[in-house]
Amino acid sequence: MTYTQLAMTALGVAVLLDLAVFRVRLLRRGAFWTAYGIVFFFQLVTNGWLTGREVVTYDPGAILGTGSIPFVGDGRLAFAPVEDLAFGFAMILLTLDLWVWWGRRGVQREPVADGPWSRRYRPELDASGAGRERPRRAASARR
Amino acid sequence: MLRLAYLAMLVFVLVTTLPLELYLGVRVWRRLRRLALTVLPVTCVFLAWDLYAVAAGHWDFHPEQTTGLVVGALPLEEVLFFLVVPVAAVMTLEAVRVVRGWPVGDEAGTR
Repeated sequence: MTYTQLAMTALGVAVLLDLAVFRVRLLRRGAFWTAYGIVFFFQLVTNGWLTGREVVTYDPGAILGTGSIPFVGDGRLAFAPVEDLAFGFAMILLTLDLWVWWGRRGVQREPVADGPWSRRYRPELDASGAGRERPRRAASARR
Repeated sequence: MLRLAYLAMLVFVLVTTLPLELYLGVRVWRRLRRLALTVLPVTCVFLAWDLYAVAAGHWDFHPEQTTGLVVGALPLEEVLFFLVVPVAAVMTLEAVRVVRGWPVGDEAGTR
């Protein structure tokens, strides 16, 4: 199989695992897509560094592109083959699925993420949809 | 210095995500067991893909832009990549949770 075919397969498998096997369904959560957007930006930066400098090189026969390394075009984005985006997405989705999956099973759910900028999720507010709001505002709205 | 090109990228990822642990309170490094159970299976799967891809000639590494330290057929940096990047991804998700308060599905009292 070419890298293109493998990358598409990995993408499909990761989506299937998320929705039907682990049933974590991060693909339906805004938190996942926000996190992925951030990771996507940094993937373009770091992978652009690796591919633009030719630290990593690709066989033109294994990718959509023909072997040139433009910033955009010829099957590339930020110097990297677009296949890398599917590779990265599959890896990130699988990683975050496992993280949530273990948390659901009670493996180190604590200490929860919390800090000075925290807007902690409040399950007791979720029935009304208010759990998605920042707690301080939600708490005052309940009074 | 050129030999550090790949390693420098990994250090960049570690250094830029560390404040999320130290100042934002994502508490990912402090949940090391869960982190290991999450990251190591991913590392194994994607290293297997990587080994296949290198054997099949899909991609290759510049010998003068890596340290020269190798693990089997792969540069040390490539192995570290599959540890560093998944950790950074988990830290990013937890950072979004801290800042926005959005659930990800593992909260106590949710399914």
